[in-house]
Amino acid sequence: MTTPAIEAHGLVKVFGGNRAVDGVDLTVEPGTVYGVLGPNGAGKTTTISMLATLLRPDGGDAAIFGHDVVREPFVVRQLIGVTGQYASVDETLSATENLMLFCRLNGLHGAAATRRTHDLLEEFSLTDAAARPLKKFSGGMRRRLDLAASLIAQPPLLFLDEPTTGLDPRTRAQMWDTIRRLVATGSTVLLTTQYLDEADQLADRIAVIDHGRVVAEGTADDLKSSVGQQSLQLTLVRPDDIPRALDAALDVLGIAATPSPEARRLTVPVADPARVTDLLVRLRESGVDVDGLSMDKPTLDEVFLTLTGHGAGDDTPDAAPVPELAEVSA
Amino acid sequence: MTTLTAPAPAPASPITPVHERTLRNRVSFRQGAADSISMARRGLVKIRRTPEQLIDVTLQPIIFTLMFTYIFGGAIAGSVADYLPIIIPGILVQTVITTSAVTGTQLREDMDKGVFDRFRSLPIARIAPLAGALLADTVRYLIATTLTIVMGLIMGWRPGGGVGGVVLAGLLVVVCAWSLSWIFAFLGVIARSASSVQGMSFLILFPLTFLSNAFVSVDTMPTWLQGFVNVNPVSHLVTAVRDLASTGSVTGQVGLALLLCAAVVAIFAPLAVRSYMKKA
Repeated sequence: MTTPAIEAHGLVKVFGGNRAVDGVDLTVEPGTVYGVLGPNGAGKTTTISMLATLLRPDGGDAAIFGHDVVREPFVVRQLIGVTGQYASVDETLSATENLMLFCRLNGLHGAAATRRTHDLLEEFSLTDAAARPLKKFSGGMRRRLDLAASLIAQPPLLFLDEPTTGLDPRTRAQMWDTIRRLVATGSTVLLTTQYLDEADQLADRIAVIDHGRVVAEGTADDLKSSVGQQSLQLTLVRPDDIPRALDAALDVLGIAATPSPEARRLTVPVADPARVTDLLVRLRESGVDVDGLSMDKPTLDEVFLTLTGHGAGDDTPDAAPVPELAEVSA
Repeated sequence: MTTLTAPAPAPASPITPVHERTLRNRVSFRQGAADSISMARRGLVKIRRTPEQLIDVTLQPIIFTLMFTYIFGGAIAGSVADYLPIIIPGILVQTVITTSAVTGTQLREDMDKGVFDRFRSLPIARIAPLAGALLADTVRYLIATTLTIVMGLIMGWRPGGGVGGVVLAGLLVVVCAWSLSWIFAFLGVIARSASSVQGMSFLILFPLTFLSNAFVSVDTMPTWLQGFVNVNPVSHLVTAVRDLASTGSVTGQVGLALLLCAAVVAIFAPLAVRSYMKKA
């Protein structure tokens, strides 16, 4: 039996009257990528901070490779690397100076520190910019430097807090490659993300977290199949018809459909595609005009919508109307 | 670089499995010292990168020394020349201690940056980021000390203690400023913002430096004030510096000043470190 890389039970963190993390359980097996998926403010960063000994839990317990985060914080710190949501490197220092500093703090001195710094700059394609002040670095370069600094001690467990938020697609793909390579060396990675495709692409298991609680946990496939094998996407002519269409879906298929952000669309999980005809007939009988329809394999986005009743990226503009619609349908 | 065509870089060497690692739950004193020195080196690079931070330690000694000597010289000691042996040690202490207050403000600014989160996640001595910052700031005290002494010499100060006495006096001031900087480090750690640190620091600095014998003789003050001035550590430091500079002799005042400094460190270093770790 192997010791889990992370084992957390009932983690709680309260800020004032706000339970930012409200009883989170996590088990992460060594050598895997674990994705923590949730919107802004769901409690992802707070959870990582407690696991990484940056914040003291107000309740529950957590162990990293069997070492308790409260009783043995110093041991835990020897086993983890943390890359924050905002690049946590020293802005007044150059890339080389940053890496040299973190080498020294990790017990590497002289030639060993110089060699490690050189190798990391090379590996993360930062050699050309090594001496430049960090103020002139792009977002992607900062993230790379940040990650490089976390890898100096070659920690067996890495926390990546939204490693690709704000990066352009190309840089994101590079970051994904880097993460995959890390796992190939035997590292365990816990990453938080607001991007469903990122969790889908990288994570072996995913925990969906919302309002400080884990609302679902499993592999990407587990989560997808929990909302049905396929789904029907319906676009209505009039947004006003949404409540009636929801009623019809409930009546015919016995399932609660999810209104989608654009306000005219419905996502209906469908176990048996043959029943779709019944639903369409019912809609015509009730005078609900359909503008378009398609059958789709479920995406994690739908998983998220189904589980939490709101979209994953709260900062994406088209997610905003969802809470109102949820009220209408309630 | 497209991920389809370019071969992925060779994977880095495999990491050491957890059960093959030697793990400690304590920092040795040696490691603590090494970490603090690494942090101090970071501080020095930062000073080199942002030389504008040195404006206060370069201009203040020059302006204050000129101003105070020529304004008060005639009134307090009869002449500028007679005032120099009194004012130079006084202004030296006042300037360098004022400089040490900046440590708190800068620490606060520094702590608000993301890099401090990383420091907290590293297996290093908890005190190192603090101790390192304070250690690096001794460079600032050295600059302020040297400039004040040089200004004095230019204006005609001829200390009887010779080079040895003056160097010892300068070192004593630097040591004491470092000790007092723990007070401001503590404020820096507990305060909400850098500007509030500045405000609080000046509330402490003004009584401490002006209610002392730095500028005038204690005999000229009312008795009730003399009570405070005589226990003020700054007064003992000023006296010790005067003794060292003008006679070169290490008097009991030097010992007393060092003792008071040790007391300040003994009280404020644990307070600062504890609050710092609580915020972690």
